[in-house]
Amino acid sequence: MLAARSISKSFSGVQALHNVSVAIGANEVVGLIGENGAGKSTLMRILSGTQAPDSGVLTLDGAPLRLRSARDAARHGVGMVFQEQSLLLNLSVAQNIYLGQEAEFTRLGVVNWRAMRKAALRQLGKIGVDIDVAARTADLTFAARQMVELAKALTLEDSTDRPLTILLDEPTSVLARADIDILFARVRSLKARASFVFVSHRLDEVLEVSDRVYVMKDGQVVGEYGAEKVTAPQLHQIMVGRGLHSGYYKEAQQASPRAPVLLQAKALGVSGAFRNVDLAIREGEVVGIAGVVGSGREELTRALGGFLPQTSGSLKINGDIVRLTSPEQAVKLGIGMVPRERRTEGLVMFLSIASNITLANLDAAMAHGMIDHRRERAIAEQWLARLRIKAPNVDVACRKLSGGNQQKVVLARWMTAGSRILILDHPTRGLDVGAKEEVYELVRELSAQGVAILLLSDTLEETIGLSHRVLAMRDGEITANFDAAAGQKPAQVDVLRAMV
Amino acid sequence: MSIQSEQAEFPHRSREAADAPRAEQAAAWKKTSMRRLRAYAPVVVLFALCVLIAFANPNFIETRNLIRIANAAAVPLTLAMGTTFIILMGSIDLSAEGAVAIAATTVVLLAANDSNANGFGWWAVLAAVCASGVMGFLSGNIQTGLRIPSFMATLGMWFIGLGVSTYLLGGSAIRLMDPALRGLALTRFLELPLSVWIALAALALAIFIQYFTRLGLHIMAIGGGEDLAELSGVNPRLVRVAAFTIAGFFYGVAGVLAAAQLGQSNSVIGDGRLFAAVTAVVVGGTALTGGEGGVVNTLVGVLIVTVLGNGMVLLGVSPYVQQTVQGLMIIAAVALSLDRLRLKIVK
Repeated sequence: MLAARSISKSFSGVQALHNVSVAIGANEVVGLIGENGAGKSTLMRILSGTQAPDSGVLTLDGAPLRLRSARDAARHGVGMVFQEQSLLLNLSVAQNIYLGQEAEFTRLGVVNWRAMRKAALRQLGKIGVDIDVAARTADLTFAARQMVELAKALTLEDSTDRPLTILLDEPTSVLARADIDILFARVRSLKARASFVFVSHRLDEVLEVSDRVYVMKDGQVVGEYGAEKVTAPQLHQIMVGRGLHSGYYKEAQQASPRAPVLLQAKALGVSGAFRNVDLAIREGEVVGIAGVVGSGREELTRALGGFLPQTSGSLKINGDIVRLTSPEQAVKLGIGMVPRERRTEGLVMFLSIASNITLANLDAAMAHGMIDHRRERAIAEQWLARLRIKAPNVDVACRKLSGGNQQKVVLARWMTAGSRILILDHPTRGLDVGAKEEVYELVRELSAQGVAILLLSDTLEETIGLSHRVLAMRDGEITANFDAAAGQKPAQVDVLRAMV
Repeated sequence: MSIQSEQAEFPHRSREAADAPRAEQAAAWKKTSMRRLRAYAPVVVLFALCVLIAFANPNFIETRNLIRIANAAAVPLTLAMGTTFIILMGSIDLSAEGAVAIAATTVVLLAANDSNANGFGWWAVLAAVCASGVMGFLSGNIQTGLRIPSFMATLGMWFIGLGVSTYLLGGSAIRLMDPALRGLALTRFLELPLSVWIALAALALAIFIQYFTRLGLHIMAIGGGEDLAELSGVNPRLVRVAAFTIAGFFYGVAGVLAAAQLGQSNSVIGDGRLFAAVTAVVVGGTALTGGEGGVVNTLVGVLIVTVLGNGMVLLGVSPYVQQTVQGLMIIAAVALSLDRLRLKIVK
C-alpha cells in the first residue's frame, strides 16, 4: 500500500499542498478530483518522485519511502502516465516502452533489439492492443500512444516484485469517448495486477472507473468517498464548495444585447473551408456556433481573427468594410482571440502576468517612449483584483498559474487592449467545473459591458447556455439560426439536427 | 442533466470519434511518406551531383580522382562522426577545430619530430586521442555541471584548444618525423591510403554506437525530448558527458590523421574543419533540433561536401566562389530538410 502522510508543498509563496494524506490500497482504483490548482498534479508529482515534498512522508507498506527521481519511484513500483504524453516521437514503440530500462536487453552496452521488440509485444499483449512495436511513435494515433504509455508503465511489473501503483494524470483529456471506454476497460482488467490513481476533472468518468474518490480543494483533501455512495453533483458541490445550482450558465445574468452591430459578415467565405456565412454580432451579444469537426466553424474563427484570409464576401467591423490580412490588424480593429491552446497560443508562459496583460496594448504602459513598469504593474494589479486572478503578485510567470487563472489573464489582456469583439475558442477547455463557472461569469460581465462575443465550445450545453443566439454550421455553411434568449433556450436536439 | 455527462449524450461526439482516427491515420501516412522522401533526398542530391560533374568533366570518375576524393573525405568524415552525436542531442559542438589542434600538436610533440627528442611512436597517438577526449569530457561537464549552453561551452573549448596548442608549438610549425605515423597518410592498402581505412573504421564504430548501443538510443532520446527521456529514467547528464567525450575521441583521431596528412602540426591545422563537419552533418539530413538523422546521413553529407569541392576544383571555380557555394549549401540544406511550417517560431 502506497500512502502519503501530511504532505505539504509550496511554490513561490503559494501553498500548493497543505497537510495532505492519501492512501492507495492494493488492487484499487483511486480517483483524485479537484479544481485546477487544487493540488492534484503536485500530489501526483510527489507520488511519482519527480518532486520532493517540503514536509510529510510517503510510505510503502508502512515503511517510509524517499523518492529522489522517477527512476527511484519506478524501482518501488510506482509508475506514471502523464497528462501531456511522455513518449518520444522519434523513437520506436518498443524503444519507448523500455526507455531507461534497457538493461535486461543489453550486454556490454549492446542492445538486443529483437529481444526488446518481443518483450514490447508481450507488454502490449497484456493490455490487449495490437500495435506495431517497430513503428515510429510519431506515426501512431493519440489514442494508440496512450495505450503505449500504459504498456510502458506496466513494464515495472518485470523490474520490481512490489505490487504496482500506476498514476494516471488526466489520461482522458485528449481521448475521444470510444477510446476512453477502451482505456477504462483496460484499467478494470488490470486491477488484478496493479493499483491505479486516476486524476480527471470529468467527475462522471472518475466515478465510472474508481472504487474510492478523494476530493481536493485549495491544496487540501476535503473528502474521501466510496464511488458507489456519491454522485457527480454531490462531488461537484464538495469540490467547488459552492454547489451546483440550476443557474450554472448564469442565465439570470444574461443581459439583452444593444442595438449597434459590431461585427457583420455578408456571404463571407474561405475557399475550401466555409462559404456564404452571414453573421452579425451586436454589442453585448454572445453568438455561439455549433458544429462538428469539419463544419468550418474553426476556420471561421480563424478568418475573423485575421489568421486566414477571406476569399469571398465582405466583412464590416464597427460599420466599416475591412479585409483582414493579419492578426495584428484584427487586434487593432478591436478583435481579441482567446485561443484553444492556452499554453502555446494564448500566453507567453514564461513572461510575467503583468507583461502578458499589456502584451496586446503596450501603449497603455508606455511613458516617454519607454515601458513604464510601474504603470504596467498597476494595470495588471487592477485586473488581478477585478477578475479574481489567484496569484501572489503580478510578477509571477504565467506558467505557474492554474488553467483557469491563465484564461483570465488572456481575457485581461484583451480588455486592456480595448477589444470590443472577443472570439472565445473553447474558453473552458481543460478547466474544471469551478474554473468554468468563473469563466461563465466573466463572459456574462463582458457581455453586460457591451463586448460582442463569438463562442465556440466543447459542449452544446455550454454553447446554448451562454449564447444569445446559436448558429449551427454543417459542411461549411450555416444551416440554422436559433434565438437563445434567457428562459427561451432552444432544445439541444434541434440544434443537433442542424449540425449533422 | 448532469453537467458532466455531455459526451455520452451527443451523437456528434461519437461521429467525431469515428472520423478522428481515420483522418489522423491519413495524416500520419502522409507524414511518413514525406519523411521517407526527405530521408532519401541527400542520396539523390549526391547522385545528381556526381552525374552532373562527370558530364562536365569526365576526369571526375577516373580512379585517381575518386581516390583523391576518398582521401579528402577521410578527416571530415572522422570529425563529422563526433559532431553528429552532438547534433543528434539537439546541441552543437564548436570545439572541433580546437580539439583537432590539440590532438595534432600532442601527436607531433610526443612522436619523433624536429623540435624535441621524443619518440613515443604509437603511444603518442593514444595520448593525442585521449587529450582530445578529455576536452570533450570537459565540454560535457561544463555544459551539464555549470549548465552552460553547449554553444557557449564548446565555443570556449575551441579557443582553449587553439590557445594551448599554439602555446605548445611556440607559434611555429613542427614537423612529424615518425615514418610509421606518416605512413597513415602515405601507405596504401588496396589503392587507398590508410587514413581512408581509419576513417571507415571510425564510421563503423559510429554506426555501432548509434544503432546498437544503449548510449546511441539515449542520445536519440535526449534529442527527441530531454525532459521526457529523463522521466523515463535516462540520465541526461551522463549521456551528454559520454557523447561529448566520444565526440572528442573522434576529433582526436581526425587530428592525428590531419597531422599525418600534413606531416606537421601548426596553429592553423584546424582551420575550416568545423564548418566542413557541421555542413556535412546538416547536409546529410540530421536535424539541428535533434533526434532525427544519424551517422549514415553524415556519410552522405561528407560525400556531398567533398564531391562538390572536388568538382568545383575540376571545373576551375575560384576558391572564393567555392566558399560562397558551400555557405549557400548549408542554408539550402537546412531550408529543405526541416519541416519549417511546423516550426512556428525560429530562434
